Amino acid sequence: MAEKTHEAVFLIFRGTPENGEYKEYRIQVVDGMVVLDAMMEIQAKFVSDLGIRCNCGAGKCGSCSAEINGVPRLMCKTRLSDLPEGQPVKVGPLKSFPGIKDLVTDVSWNYEVNKTMTPFTPHQDTEWRMQQFEVDRIQEHRKCIECFLCQDTCHVIREHDKKKEYCGPRFLVRLASLAMHPLDAADRMAFIKEKAGIGLCNVTHCCSDVCPEKIRITDNAIIPLKERIADRYYDPVLTLIRRIFGKRKSNI
Amino acid sequence: MNKFETYAYDVLVIGSGGAGLRAAVASQESGARTAVISKCLLGKAHTVMAEGGIAASLGHVDENDGWQPHFKDTMFGGKYVNDWRMALIHAKESPEAVRELERWGAVFDRTPDGRILQRAFGGHTHPRLCHVGDRTGLEMIRTLQDRAVAVGIDTFMECIITRLLTDREGAVCGAFGFFKNTGKIVVFRSKAVIIATGGLGKIWRITSNSWDCTADGQALAYEAGAELKDMEFVQFHPTGMVWPPGVKGLLVTEAVRGEGGLLKNKLGERFMKKYDPKRMELSTRDVVARAINQEVKEGRGSEHGGVYLDISHRSAAYVKRKLPSMYQQFKEFADVDITKQPMEVGPTCHYTMGGVRVDHESQQSSVKGLFAAGEAAAGLHGGNRLGGNSLSDLIVFGKRAGMGAAEYARKVQSPAIIEDTTLEQYSRELFLPFERPGGETPAGVHHDLQNIMEAHAGIIRQGSELQEGLEKLKILKTRYPLIHVDGNTRYNFGWHLYLSLANMITVAEIIAKAALERKESRSAQARADFPNMDSAWGKKSIIVTKVNGAPEIRAELLPAMPDEISKLLGDH
Ligand SMILES: Cc1cc2nc3c(=O)[nH]c(=O)nc-3n(C[C@H](O)[C@H](O)[C@H](O)COP(=O)(O)OP(=O)(O)OC[C@H]3O[C@@H](n4cnc5c(N)ncnc54)[C@H](O)[C@@H]3O)c2cc1C
Ligand code: SF4
Ligand code: SF4
Repeated sequence: MAEKTHEAVFLIFRGTPENGEYKEYRIQVVDGMVVLDAMMEIQAKFVSDLGIRCNCGAGKCGSCSAEINGVPRLMCKTRLSDLPEGQPVKVGPLKSFPGIKDLVTDVSWNYEVNKTMTPFTPHQDTEWRMQQFEVDRIQEHRKCIECFLCQDTCHVIREHDKKKEYCGPRFLVRLASLAMHPLDAADRMAFIKEKAGIGLCNVTHCCSDVCPEKIRITDNAIIPLKERIADRYYDPVLTLIRRIFGKRKSNI
Repeated sequence: MNKFETYAYDVLVIGSGGAGLRAAVASQESGARTAVISKCLLGKAHTVMAEGGIAASLGHVDENDGWQPHFKDTMFGGKYVNDWRMALIHAKESPEAVRELERWGAVFDRTPDGRILQRAFGGHTHPRLCHVGDRTGLEMIRTLQDRAVAVGIDTFMECIITRLLTDREGAVCGAFGFFKNTGKIVVFRSKAVIIATGGLGKIWRITSNSWDCTADGQALAYEAGAELKDMEFVQFHPTGMVWPPGVKGLLVTEAVRGEGGLLKNKLGERFMKKYDPKRMELSTRDVVARAINQEVKEGRGSEHGGVYLDISHRSAAYVKRKLPSMYQQFKEFADVDITKQPMEVGPTCHYTMGGVRVDHESQQSSVKGLFAAGEAAAGLHGGNRLGGNSLSDLIVFGKRAGMGAAEYARKVQSPAIIEDTTLEQYSRELFLPFERPGGETPAGVHHDLQNIMEAHAGIIRQGSELQEGLEKLKILKTRYPLIHVDGNTRYNFGWHLYLSLANMITVAEIIAKAALERKESRSAQARADFPNMDSAWGKKSIIVTKVNGAPEIRAELLPAMPDEISKLLGDH
C-alpha cells in the first residue's frame, strides 16, 4: 500500500551557542511520522554530522528533549500531523542548559543536583508490606523519565537561572516520591526547604504542562511537599490563621 | 605517557543498563574502585524500555512456584541448549535479587496482602513476573542508578569505548575511547573490565531496540580474543508495532497477552489454535513469531502487514491501569484506542541470546580479566529467552560479574601500560573518515546492512540465502573504508554511527556464519532447509573466535548434566 507523502519544511538549529543559526531543510514526510523520524531522515540525507541525542525512540528514555516551535517536547513523541499544517517546523535545543552542538545540550547539572539528595532509607525491621493504594502516588512520581523538559520550562531556572538555589521540578518529584514512600525513614524536610529551595516555586503549573509522562508535578508532588513544610515550620502561625479565618469561613 | 586524558580503576564497567549498574554496585561494595562508562546518559540505557516484568519465583500469587519450575521453564524455553548451570543459578538467585531491588527503593505493584505482585507471561508455567505496570525496566534502572550514586561510583557518561586494551599475555588492562561532547580521547587503565553493553538489534531494520544496541560489546570482546557463543540465536519478538512507519518494530509488550490479549488474523480467527492449541497466545515467542509470519505470508494478515492483537474485551479501566504505556503508545503514535480497537502487530528483532561466553559462576570470559553480563553475555537463555528472564539475568549475573571482577582485580598487581605509539594509532584510526573524500555515508551503509540481514538472516533462514547474505556482507565490508563523515568531532551522529557500524558488520557476519553452521531448527533458529530439531545439535553450542583476522566457527559439547538435574526436567 502506498503511503501518502508531502513536502515539509524544517528549521533546525545548527552550530554552537557562540556560532549557530537555524537552517532550512526540506524532505518528503509520510503519515504518522514524528519529529525524530524527520531529524533522522535529514541526518541520513543532508547532515551526517547532526548533533542529536536519542536512544529508545519510544518516549521511554527521555533523551530527545528539544524545543519544537518553541515548546519543550520529546522529538519522538511529537507527531508532525499535530503541528500547524503548511508551516515550517522549528527545532532547537533546550534553552535552560548550556548548548553543546545543534540540538544537544549539557544537562549534567541535573545529575549533580541528584547526588545531593539522601537516597531511600528504609525503616529497620520492616516486613516490606505496602498496600497498592499507599504506593499509587509514588508510582506516579516514579514514572519520571528524566527528560528534564520540566526543568527547561520552569521560569525559576529558565528566566532567573537559579540553578544554585533551586533543584527544579524534576527533583521535587524525586523528593516527593521519597517523602511519601510508606517505608522510608529519612527526614528530608530541612533539605527540601533550604537546599532544594522549594519556596522558589510559585506554583505556575508550567512544568506539569510539558511533562510527557503526564505527572501532575505541581498538584501531586510540589504542593503536598509545600504543605508538609508549612506544617513543620509554620504550624503555629497556620493554626492561628486557621483558627481565625477557618472558623469564620465555616460560619458563612 | 599522559598524552591522553587517563584514569585508573580496579574495575571498569562498560554499560549503564541493568547489568552494568548492578555489576558496578557489587564491584564497589566488594572493595574495588569502580567506574561505569556508557555511551548514553545515566538512566537512559536500553533497559528503560523493558515493560512486562522481572521473572522470579517468589510465589506470591501462586505458592506452588519455586526455583524448580522456573529452572524447568527456562530450559524448556531455551530448548535445552542453555548452560544449565547458569539456568540453575538464575532460578535460585532471582527471588533474592528482586527483594534487593525493593530494599533499594523499587516500588513494585502489590498483591492484596501487600507483597510484590506477579503476573503470568509466555512460557512461564506460574504467574512469576514482578512488575510495575508496564514500565518495569524504568523502575529497575532508576533504582540501580540511585544505588550506584549512593555507593559513590564514578560515572563517565556519553563516552564511547572503541577498543579494549590487552597486555602481552592477552589479559585485559583497560579500555580506550572518547567523549561524545568533544571527541576528546580518553584512556582507562584497569585491572578488570566488565562488558555490559547490551544487545545488537540495530543490525536489523525492524527492531524494538534502542539506538545504542549496536553489538559493541560482542565486537570488542571478539577483537580482544574472547569466545562468543550461541550467536545464531536471535529472538524475534512476535509483537512489534507495524504502523506508522516511524515506530515500525516498536515493542508491544507480551504483558498484553499475559493480561488476556487475543491474537486474530484478518478473518477473525484465533490462529494460535493451529500452532500451539495448548498454550495459545501464551506460547513461547519463537512459536508465536513464526505463526504470525505464516499467517501474513498466506494472505491472512492485517491492513499494514501484521495481525490483530485485541484486549478490548477487558474493561477500559483495567487496560489503562495494567497497560498504561501501551494505551498511550497506541494513542500517541497510531491514533488507536486499545480499549476499543485491536492493535496491529508483527515480528520485530528483539533480543540476542548469544554473546560473550562466560564462566557460569564468575562471568569471566575466555580472556583473562574480561567479564561480561546481561544481554552481551551468553548461556542462560539457550535457544530462546523467556519474557522476564532478561531483567532477572541482569541483576543475578550482573552482581556475580561485579563480585567476580573485584575478586580478580584483588590478585592483579598493576595493569600493564600501553605504549603511547599504540594509543596514537588507535586514535588516528578514529578520525580517518573525516579525511576521506566524499563517497559512502554511514546511514547509507547501515541501511544496506539492515536490509541484508532482514532478507538473509531473519526469522526464517535458509542455507542458500545465508550464503548469499555472506557474499553481500563481503561487498559491504569493502564499502566501509570509503565512508566519509562531515563536520568535526563534536557530538557527531554520523561519526558515532560510523564507528558502531564496524561492530555491527563484524557481528552480522558472525551471526550469519553461526546460523549457517547450525543445520537444524531449534527455538529462535528456524531453517527452512532443516525444518526439524536434530538431537545431535541439541548437545552442542557454536563457539566463534577470531583466528587470523576472521571468525572461526566450531561446535562444542554442552556441559554434562548430572542425573538429579536431568530428573528435574522430566522427559525432554
Ligand atoms: C521494548 C523492550 C521491552 C523489554 N521488556 C522486557 C521485560 O519486560 N522483561 C525482561 O526481562 N526483558 C525485557 N526486555 C529485554 C531487556 O530489556 C534487555 O535485554 C536488557 O535491558 C539489556 O540490559 P543490559 O544491561 O544487558 O544492556 P542495556 O540496557 O542495553 O545497556 C547497555 C549499555 O551499554 C552502553 N554501551 C553500549 N556500547 C557501548 C560502548 N561502545 N561504549 C560505552 N558504552 C556502551 C549503553 O550506552 C548502555 O548504557 C525488553 C527489551 C525491549 C527492547
Ligand atoms: S510550578 Fe513551580 S516548579 Fe513548576 S514551573 Fe512553576 S515555578 Fe517551576
Ligand atoms: S517530571 Fe516529567 S517533565 Fe520532568 S523530567 Fe520527569 S518526565 Fe520529564
